[in-house]
Amino acid sequence: MVLLTRKIEFSASHRYHNPAFSPEENQRVFGKCNNPHGHGHNYTLEVTVAGEPDPATGMVVDLSDLKKILEQEVMRRMDHRHLNFEVPELAGQIPTCENVARVIWNLLEPKITQGRLHRVRLYESPDLFADCYRNGAGRNAS
Amino acid sequence: MSGTDVAGNIKVELGRRYRFAAAHRLHSLQLSDEENARIYGKCNNPCGHGHNYVVEISVSGEIDPATGMIANLADLDGFAQREVLDPFDHRSLNEEVEAFRTEVPTTENLCIEIFRRMRAFPKAKLERVRVEETSNNSFEYTGDAASDSEAAPQGR
Repeated sequence: MVLLTRKIEFSASHRYHNPAFSPEENQRVFGKCNNPHGHGHNYTLEVTVAGEPDPATGMVVDLSDLKKILEQEVMRRMDHRHLNFEVPELAGQIPTCENVARVIWNLLEPKITQGRLHRVRLYESPDLFADCYRNGAGRNAS
Repeated sequence: MSGTDVAGNIKVELGRRYRFAAAHRLHSLQLSDEENARIYGKCNNPCGHGHNYVVEISVSGEIDPATGMIANLADLDGFAQREVLDPFDHRSLNEEVEAFRTEVPTTENLCIEIFRRMRAFPKAKLERVRVEETSNNSFEYTGDAASDSEAAPQGR
């Protein structure tokens, strides 16, 4: 099995706020991420596809196909958007790195038919990221 | 889509990077001075040297629907600060970290020591510790060595 990783970057704004919490609770749990007008990040997304290279092309997945999927599913939905208000898949969820990564996994997995989605890694900043794997197929058990 | 419909099929991990600077010297008490010099080279120089270390911690767990979080970053950061960064940053690993009075502070052993400390984080399951000694050398540990099983705290 060979792993192929494609990286893209997008920029988006968000705010952490749970309407079921009191203002004090929101402030305590989310800190400055609860500031009323939101803030933003430059996100880096790494999408890893696993598979055997096709004998005819030498490719696990056609990169131009993968680029189109990422453009369609991620860039168009999230780039230069407010994640709380403009991404229906995140409605009702706090747009943390974990939740955004999980939404991206759910968007990409059915679209990747050549090879299979192995990992989604979403960096919210260089020092904070979330990884998604299929359950039972973690990084250490691929 | 709430994400919860398929959440059971997906494992999510939270990764966080920290930095500290420390001195060390690679010198094994089980080896002769000549062997130490031969095996560790300049890393055996008598007065030690230092690195800017990067520590990457990965934890897993359920995403709390109320917060969207596996673990609150403030909790994870506070724990790492107390257990790893404060005891290691701007210190001599050989002289000031108990484990390295006997073990050689290679970055392999440093990974294991940081894993032992971070494993006690109560809010999520520790999956992996990755340490960059320099931008060209990195080491990972997932807690599978028999040698540290006896040091395991309460099971999760």
